[in-house]
Amino acid sequence: MTAEHSSTTDSTLDSTIDRTRDPWGDRTPHDRGTVWPARQDQVLDTGLTDDDVDSWVQSACVLCSNGCAADIAVKDGRMVGVRGRPDDRVNRGRLGPKGLYGSWPWAAAEDRLTTPLVRVGGVLREASWDEAMGRVVETSQRLLAEKGPLSHGFYTSGQLFLEEYYTLGVIGKAGIGTPHMDGNTRLCTATSAAALKESFGCDGQPGSYADIEECEAVFLYGHNMAETQTVLWSRLLDRTHGSDPPVLVCVDPRSTRVAEEARRTGGVHLAPAPGTNVALMNALLREQLEHGWLEEAWVAEHTVGIDELRLVVDPYTPERAARTCRVPADDLRRAAEIFGTTDRVVSTVLQGFYQSHQATAASVAVNDLHLLRGMIGRPGCGILQMNGQPTAQNTRECGADGDLPGFRNWENPEHVAELARLWNVDELTIPHWAPPTHAMQIFRYAEQGSIGLLWISATNPAVSMPELGRIRDLLGGDQCFVVVQDLFLTETARLADVVLPAAGWGEKTGTFTNADRTVHLSEKAVDPPGEARADLDIWLDYADRMGFTDRDGAPLVRWRKPEEAFEAWKECSRGRPCDYTGLSYDVLRGPSGLQWPVTAERPDGTERLYTDHVFPTDSDYCEDYGHDLVTGGVVTPEKHKAMGLAGRAVLKAVPWQPPHESPSPTYPLLFTTGRTVHHFHTRTKTGRSRRLRDAAPRPWVELSAADAQRLEVADGDQVRVESPRGHLEAPARVTEVREGTVFAPFHYGYWDVAEGAGPDGAPRAANELTMTIWDPVSKQPVFKTAACRVSRVERSG
Amino acid sequence: MQLPVYVGMVHAAEQTLADSLRQVGEGHAAESDVAHMCSTLAGWSDDHVQRLQPVADRYGEMGVTEPARLHAEGLSETRSGPVGLLRDLQDLYVLAALVQSSWTVVLQAAQGARDRELLGLAQFCESETDRQMTWLTTRIKQAAPQALLVPS
Repeated sequence: MTAEHSSTTDSTLDSTIDRTRDPWGDRTPHDRGTVWPARQDQVLDTGLTDDDVDSWVQSACVLCSNGCAADIAVKDGRMVGVRGRPDDRVNRGRLGPKGLYGSWPWAAAEDRLTTPLVRVGGVLREASWDEAMGRVVETSQRLLAEKGPLSHGFYTSGQLFLEEYYTLGVIGKAGIGTPHMDGNTRLCTATSAAALKESFGCDGQPGSYADIEECEAVFLYGHNMAETQTVLWSRLLDRTHGSDPPVLVCVDPRSTRVAEEARRTGGVHLAPAPGTNVALMNALLREQLEHGWLEEAWVAEHTVGIDELRLVVDPYTPERAARTCRVPADDLRRAAEIFGTTDRVVSTVLQGFYQSHQATAASVAVNDLHLLRGMIGRPGCGILQMNGQPTAQNTRECGADGDLPGFRNWENPEHVAELARLWNVDELTIPHWAPPTHAMQIFRYAEQGSIGLLWISATNPAVSMPELGRIRDLLGGDQCFVVVQDLFLTETARLADVVLPAAGWGEKTGTFTNADRTVHLSEKAVDPPGEARADLDIWLDYADRMGFTDRDGAPLVRWRKPEEAFEAWKECSRGRPCDYTGLSYDVLRGPSGLQWPVTAERPDGTERLYTDHVFPTDSDYCEDYGHDLVTGGVVTPEKHKAMGLAGRAVLKAVPWQPPHESPSPTYPLLFTTGRTVHHFHTRTKTGRSRRLRDAAPRPWVELSAADAQRLEVADGDQVRVESPRGHLEAPARVTEVREGTVFAPFHYGYWDVAEGAGPDGAPRAANELTMTIWDPVSKQPVFKTAACRVSRVERSG
Repeated sequence: MQLPVYVGMVHAAEQTLADSLRQVGEGHAAESDVAHMCSTLAGWSDDHVQRLQPVADRYGEMGVTEPARLHAEGLSETRSGPVGLLRDLQDLYVLAALVQSSWTVVLQAAQGARDRELLGLAQFCESETDRQMTWLTTRIKQAAPQALLVPS
């Protein structure tokens, strides 16, 4: 394993600074409306200086959704460090601890997968590509003959490149013709897409990071930005430490750094009981109406649904919401007043809303607030329905998840016909007869065996999905042939029938798009180890071996190289909201950081959507006709047409419902999961960085002081947390988490502590406890509310 | 006056739908979304039954004198497997359709009788029943191809 060392060539940073301890680095405060100053962060491997670097290769970081532009340092054919790109709009040279220390050391780790593996006699053994792919293709062809296309499922990632997703999308949708395609983006950003579709008719982030420079207040809804997007948090801190700083409002059951900053800036920290977000949002909406803070003329001209919204939120007085959410009513009033009386508010939303029940409803309510005040499409008024992963936007727009490529509407026959023409295939091949199959349903079909081939790429469901005991059983069973394509022998790969070694970031070329629509090119810097191959090449090989053809017998996938795949995607995106036609690899090699849509008319990209207050809701153009936010029942094309939206946004609100599982005498506490600044997902990369591993080596459980006292648990005691589905054991930390709530980070599985896919001894993964249930609209699983009980296992030594 | 007959009919049909939703939810507990949504939607039908009580008290509920040719007795047990789920959801849809058209009849009569209380109630319950049916249709469309085409 590589040892890494922080050094810097930048005068603003001291080389001895350990960014695992100071994740945000030094402040560069500035005034409102001025450009965020640059600060270049850099790290090189131990003992190396700039003079040792053979070349710097253009890329951007893939260890969170921020998409910080970066260059990879290469020496002797190895990645040896990384530096931020100071001219790029996203990060202005900065990188966070995950980017600095976690981006590159994994590539040279000794346990990289370097050859394919196949399961023989119950054991994985090394195989040639021919043998491994032969097995995949044999199974695939047999299943297609016996059971048809619905026997195939593809579960991909938010970590691959646009070119790979689009290629996978074409293979799955036009080659095989299966609706069973999704990404692990279902676990992290499905609600972002769903909320945008419900309010505005289409996915696509309305705002821009540049709104941070212009705003007077920032509302962070279930978004622990300080730990999940450290560079964006630095950007915000540089405003809150400058003159004319914005006021922050934080909605989070934990007292995080964000909560501290909210209090420091004169804002509010609202700590609602888990599972009560919609009650809180309804109260904020009601206050806007009650005090006349809404822009009536704007609302009348640009939205529909105000009367229904009024009826729904009317009962949610601050007092009533305060009782439900267990927060002071005056805090709710104060937060509502900040929103209602400030001209420029940025709202960001993440997992605290997305991974709760009523996820879409709560996130749509954030859009509602902005629409009531006409705060959209102008500087400082950004809505950021954040993404969790770096390339999640591409999973969504390229059709590697259930959606059709280019934000096309599966219920619109003309949209399906466009794709059929583009790919030269029969319209009936393209699955569009029902809502796309979401990940949780794909896994249910795999459990039942009606999906007989499940191909998992660049993700680790054996740690990241809810109710892990069930996931391990279904992946390890004989009813479904499991192919896993990854960098390492993850917990999931250990259960596979065939394991394919993949090239990672820096070992292949491709593009990706961050949470504010900024597109970056990431160039190949080094060769992958052994026989590992780019995911694109693996899928092209599969397509070749399967012989997928179009109507005229020509190869369905007509590209070989990433750049050719990008050109094909551009055609697919033409005329759609995510139009990439003005981009090319050459353009992306220039000054980096362009936001889509980028077209001939808009060669410099588009900073904000909806500046004209016309929304993509028209029935012929929209990506989705919308849903009943309570049931998930789909709005029919006829009903949508009858709404006559014609470019107006939709206001939607629903009553609060209690979570699926409430505390009981047997399980008196609420279990919630989350993240730490030092790790990304299941630590496949960050767990192989010495610095990050040392900074957060093992899981822990957070308890409130009151609960700890009642349970006779002291800081450091080993505790057991148990839900109706499973348990974990970890040391306790007594923190300011709200009373009745128990928190554990979800990053920790078993690859570094056990031989198999599951625990060898006491379990430690948070998802042993979580529930198999999801939001009815976005289908995002609920990770934030499960009933649990806690007991002490051992006193700390 | 035959309105009391229909008040009785819709009252009974809502109760049957509520019970059947619960039955299907519990019978298909492994389909998590079905289990939870059936429980939620059964709550709506329970609510309709409760809201009907004052009207039922006012009109009285009369038994049906017309010969009943179609019985809607509700689901006494659930089927198993993907096709079983599909059939059970379809049965729920038929029950919900009966509830909805009964409300349509009551709504028309309430207008004729200038009974604002019943009119408001019928409009509310009819629209919620429509939402129940929309969910059932959505879920049936999702389940149908896999259940009918692909053996487990």
